[in-house]
Amino acid sequence: MALTKAEMAERLFEELGLNKREAKELVDVFFEEVRAALESGTNVKLSGFGNFTLRDKTQRPGRNPKTGDEIPISARRVVTFRPGQKLKARVEAYAGTEQQPQEQ
Amino acid sequence: METGNTHEKTLTKSELMDILAKTQTQLAYKDIELAVKTILEQMTQSLATGSRIEIRGFGSFSLHFRPPRMGRNPKTGDAVPLSGKYVPHFKPGKELRERVNKSLTQE
Repeated sequence: MALTKAEMAERLFEELGLNKREAKELVDVFFEEVRAALESGTNVKLSGFGNFTLRDKTQRPGRNPKTGDEIPISARRVVTFRPGQKLKARVEAYAGTEQQPQEQ
Repeated sequence: METGNTHEKTLTKSELMDILAKTQTQLAYKDIELAVKTILEQMTQSLATGSRIEIRGFGSFSLHFRPPRMGRNPKTGDAVPLSGKYVPHFKPGKELRERVNKSLTQE
């Protein structure tokens, strides 16, 4: 069972007493502002949680895995995430017994 | 090939709180501050208990397992066994990928 925006809004409603509309809006705006910053070429550092960093990749040779044909992979900008110390430490402490982490 | 990180501009957690405070004018600043901390704590808790996070249009966070391996003490050179562990992994969602990549051609 994955954590979604709905559960985040629910917690803001329960713990902070925001009304449901405010809570939902705040969660939406939170992720939208992080996206907007990255879109404008700005890295995002959320101390304790982690850093979202932009990387520019130059064009490189690639291959269509089905046909084997060579096709160039165009230059692109990508987002990478580096977890912060606190998040890493807390995840490392997870023994993996309670529930299997799912790969995507 | 990578040209490295040429992005100097940074948005910090407190700057993000300032932006949110400007858009959510009906909320007190301390509520914004507490809300951001609560969101990040809940995300951390989720991963720390092995549960993934899925934010449509933003991306998903999951755990990747790093198997046990032999490491080395950099000072003495001695081999040290390192146990397996989980590390957080982020996969950007389609909208985030597209918006970020589009900004490359618009600069």
